[in-house]
Amino acid sequence: MTDRLLVNLRVVAVLGRRSVRQTFRRPQLMAPIIIFPTLLLAIQTGGAGRAVDLPGFPQVNGFLDFMLAGAMVQSTLLAGNSGGIAMAVDIEMGFTDRLLAAPISRFTLVLGRLAGTAVLGAFSACWFLAIGLIFGASIAEGVPGAIGIVVLVSFTALAFGGIGAAIALRTGSASIVQGLFPLVFVVLFLSSAFFPANLMLEPAASVADYNPLSFIVEGIRDLVITTLSAEAFWKATLSIAGIATLSLVLSNLALRRRLRTGG
Amino acid sequence: MEAHSIPLERRFDLASSLEMVRALIRRAANELLRVPGAAIPGVLAPTIFFLGLSAVFGSLTLLPGFTTDTYQSFIIPVSLMQGAGFTGAATGVNLARDIEQGWFDRLLASPAPRPVLLAGLVLSASFRALIPATVLLAVGFALGVHWPGVPGLLLAVLLVMGMGSLAACWGVTLALKFKSQAAAPLMQAGMFVLILFTTAYAPQQLLQPWLGDVASINPVTHVVEGARQGFVTGSISWSETWPGVVALGGLLALMVALALRGMRRTSY
Repeated sequence: MTDRLLVNLRVVAVLGRRSVRQTFRRPQLMAPIIIFPTLLLAIQTGGAGRAVDLPGFPQVNGFLDFMLAGAMVQSTLLAGNSGGIAMAVDIEMGFTDRLLAAPISRFTLVLGRLAGTAVLGAFSACWFLAIGLIFGASIAEGVPGAIGIVVLVSFTALAFGGIGAAIALRTGSASIVQGLFPLVFVVLFLSSAFFPANLMLEPAASVADYNPLSFIVEGIRDLVITTLSAEAFWKATLSIAGIATLSLVLSNLALRRRLRTGG
Repeated sequence: MEAHSIPLERRFDLASSLEMVRALIRRAANELLRVPGAAIPGVLAPTIFFLGLSAVFGSLTLLPGFTTDTYQSFIIPVSLMQGAGFTGAATGVNLARDIEQGWFDRLLASPAPRPVLLAGLVLSASFRALIPATVLLAVGFALGVHWPGVPGLLLAVLLVMGMGSLAACWGVTLALKFKSQAAAPLMQAGMFVLILFTTAYAPQQLLQPWLGDVASINPVTHVVEGARQGFVTGSISWSETWPGVVALGGLLALMVALALRGMRRTSY
C-alpha cells in the first residue's frame, strides 16, 4: 500500500516536472502566464493609477499595491488554461494513451499536471512580488505575508488548473481549450481583481460582490495592503477549496468518461 | 545559381498582380466562410475588453480633468484598434501555418512578385479588421457610446483598417522570421504593447508620469487620439487628425519595408 503510494507520488512528481519544463520551453504556454499579466499590470497601473484619488477607494500606498493580487490571480487563471491546452495536446499527440497503458494510477495524470500548475502559480506569485517590490510596492504583512501569498496563489492555480484539465479531458481538443481564453477575462472583469467592487459600474459591481474570484483576490490583497482579517482569510480559503473540489470531481468524471468511451 | 535567376524572371504586370491580390483576399475570406469560428476570438476578445474595461474603470470619468462623461466613448477607439491588432496578428499566425504546411512555398515558387503576395495578405487583414470593428461599434452604440458623426466614423474606420494592415505586416515579418506558429504570442504582444502603452485608459494629464512619457513618444497615441476625437467631441478637426494619419503612414511604411525584406530573404 505504502509502496504503491510512493510510486504514484513519484509519477506525480515526474509529470509535474515535465509540465513545468514544457511551459518554460514553449513561449505560447509561458506568455499568458507571465508576459501578458505583467504588461497588463504595467498598463493598468500607469493608466488608471489616479483612481486612488476617487472617493471610496481603499487606503493604499499606491495603485500598484492594489493591483498586485489581481495580476497574480489573472496569471493563475491563465496558467490553468495553458495547462489545459498542454494536456489536450498530450491527448491529441497520443502521449496520454501511452500513460494510460502504463501500470500507474490513472488519476496521477491529472494530479501530475496540477502539481506542475501549482508550481507555476508559486513562480508567478514570486515574480509579481519581485515586480511589486522593485517598483515600490510594500507587503503590509511582511515576510509571513509574502509566504502566505505564495501559498494562496499556488492553491488557486491548482484549483483553476483542475478546470482546464477537466475541459481538456472532456473535449480532447487543444483548440477548444484555447477558445476559452477570452472567458478568463470575463470572470476577471466581473470580480474585484482590477478595481474595488464599490467603484465598478452595474451590473458588474453586483456580480463582483458574489464572485468567488473576488474573495480569493481580496484574501491575497489584504496581505499586501493591510493586515489579513479572519473573514477575508476564510472567504479566500473556502473559495479556493470549493473550486478545487469541484474541478477535481469534474476532472475525475471526464477521465472516467474518456476511459469508458475511448475518446 | 538557379535560385538567383528566378526573381529576374518575375515581371510586374498590373492586371495579373491585381488578380493575384484578389485571389489572396478571396482565400482569406473563404477561410472565414468555411470556418466562421476562426473569426470568433478576434471579435470576442476586444468586445470582452471593451465591456470589461468600461464596467471596471468607468468611475475614472469622475476624476477632474477627464475629457468625457462616459468611459465607453473614451475606450471604444482603443478596443477598435485592439480588434484590428488581433486580426492582423491572426494573419501572421495563418501565414506561419501556411509556411509550416508548405503551402506558402508554392506561392513563393509562383511568378507573382513578392510585393504582390504581401499586398494580398495585408489588404485581406485590413478588410477583415472591419468585422470586429462592426461588432464593437454595434455593441458600443447600444450601450451609449456617443455618435461620432459621419466624418468621425469614417476616420475611425480608416484608421482601424490602417492598424489592421500594420498588425498584419508585423505578423508577416515575424512569421517569415520564425516560420512557426509558436511565434503567435510575440505577434499579439507586439500590438498589445503598441496600442495600450498610449493614452488608452486615461487622458495624457491623468497618466502616471512614466506612462505619460512613453505615450508621448509612442506614435500610436496619435492614431488612438485621432480615432477618439469623434466619439468624445462629436466632431473631428484637422489638427487632431493629421498627426494620427502621419504616424500611421510612417509606421506602415516601416513595417511594409520590414515585411518585404523578410519576403525577399525567404527562399523555398
